[in-house]
Amino acid sequence: MSNHNYVPSSKLGKWFNDRLPLLSLSAHVTEYPTPKNLNYWWTFGGILTFCLVAQIITGIVLAMHYVAQADLAFASVEHIMRDVNYGWLIRYFHANGSSMFFLAVYIHIFRSLYYGSYKSPREVIWILGMMIYFLMMMTAFMGYVLPWGQMSFWAATVITNLFSAVPLIGESITNWLWGGYAVDSPTLTRFYALHYLFPFLILGLVILHIWALHIPGNNNPIGIDIKKPSKDTVPFHPYIVIKDLYALLIFLILFAFFVFYAPNLLGHPDNYIEANPLVTPTHIVPEWYLLPFYAILRSVPDKLLGVVAMFASIFVLVILPWLDTSKIKSAVFRPLYKQFYWILVLDVFLLGYMGAMPAEGLYLLVARVATAYYFIHFIIILPILGFKEKTIPLPLSISEPVLNGTPNLEENNKTST
Amino acid sequence: MSDQEKTKRRDFLFTASYALGAVGVGAAVWPLIDQMNPDSSVKALASTEVDISTIEPGKSITVLWRGKPVFIKRRTKDEIAEAKAVKLEDLIHPEKDEDRAKNSEWLVMIGVCTHLGCVPLGDKGEYNGWFCPCHGSHYDTSGRIRKGPAPTNLEIPKYEFVNSNTIKIG
Repeated sequence: MSNHNYVPSSKLGKWFNDRLPLLSLSAHVTEYPTPKNLNYWWTFGGILTFCLVAQIITGIVLAMHYVAQADLAFASVEHIMRDVNYGWLIRYFHANGSSMFFLAVYIHIFRSLYYGSYKSPREVIWILGMMIYFLMMMTAFMGYVLPWGQMSFWAATVITNLFSAVPLIGESITNWLWGGYAVDSPTLTRFYALHYLFPFLILGLVILHIWALHIPGNNNPIGIDIKKPSKDTVPFHPYIVIKDLYALLIFLILFAFFVFYAPNLLGHPDNYIEANPLVTPTHIVPEWYLLPFYAILRSVPDKLLGVVAMFASIFVLVILPWLDTSKIKSAVFRPLYKQFYWILVLDVFLLGYMGAMPAEGLYLLVARVATAYYFIHFIIILPILGFKEKTIPLPLSISEPVLNGTPNLEENNKTST
Repeated sequence: MSDQEKTKRRDFLFTASYALGAVGVGAAVWPLIDQMNPDSSVKALASTEVDISTIEPGKSITVLWRGKPVFIKRRTKDEIAEAKAVKLEDLIHPEKDEDRAKNSEWLVMIGVCTHLGCVPLGDKGEYNGWFCPCHGSHYDTSGRIRKGPAPTNLEIPKYEFVNSNTIKIG
């Protein structure tokens, strides 16, 4: 932390700050030395904070009108849409908000992958981020169940049945999760309670995530450790604040497009049919942001191993800081990693597409190859690449390539190996 | 007492305290966990009686039992013969047709795919039985898994014929 010696100018401020150093905290945040070369990929942290707060606010408002009981839930959502003042707007904002939240989090995660933000000394930030991501998926899943449409019901059935793959106690676990022998009203009510709780857990983790970030400070596009404060940094306010706000504004244009012009584009029409435990829709798919994991689940022909592979695909991200053996953070200086990175991006898109297609024939084959490659990237390619790759020499500082002309190659070769 | 003995006495007290504390925490947490299990009102809906007099051969009905669909299928002679003709070695989850249908004309089973819980569609699939649209499991005319990701045959619930026109499930 940089502002231990901050002293408020007013007497009252000093009195208060001695008792609760909120003003010191505020000064720490505003003056926080931030790398001056952060690009727009770094604005998604702020965008994500906005998304979380927006989801919590719209969610609390929706909770004032929603009824978490199987006979009433579907009708209460329609009541929100038709009767409640601005209910349509608030619900569409909340429903599309989850998609925008995931869009932003995926960009945020892939930015970390490209610039090596998960590497030492930022492993804990990364793991906290993965915990947030996992909680987000659980929250989104449970929120998707609440309207109690056909997709809600069958998503709940399929996902809770994942636990029936656990040997011996699988059935007891699913009955415990359901509060019955199938997904029914008790399931809906508890999902609602947890859907309300989890965002606050996420908020707590976000605070830890930012706290952990402020120990080493931001990574940056060239991925070198910088002195702070120095010629390489700018204060968080106003430089980064304005940049974040501008990016948020652009992001909100996209957000508003979905809310006002295509509010159901990312949803599924079957969810406007009330839940029916006797009929499964012919083609059930999860929301787009879970499709890659769904593809991994389906590409394994064995039930238990499919579930294991799906959870492993997330866990492999958690241990990523120890799988990637390269000391060089940014892909800018890793010509081979840069190529593998883009192959991984394509692979994840491919998995997402396969998750939306029926699990048969050529689709299944492609999904299997893509699943295999996903794991190969993390478990085989990344550990080996750190030893084999010839990296490009790093500059000594952010300013050096600009101000000093050609970098001092002799110095740099030492740091890059 | 020497120092060493004192330490041992302390260790014992610590361990005993931790153990008692763990039991206490466990006892306090258990009601909070168990409240999520099926409650008495859910358990009370344990059985349901179904009139089967109107079902024609080759047709089936689906009834709801404990929140789950149950298929009651009146099988044709061909379907029974097909189910009985299958060799046990060819099955993923070997079960004889006689063990699955007490009265071979009537097949009663829980209509929940043993993969991830979708409801399979009747008269579909490569084995003329049921086909699950979610992840492509094929069941034969005895409800046995033949192809796809489901690990076991469709489950047979506890049921009995109250009289020739009525089945009691549960």
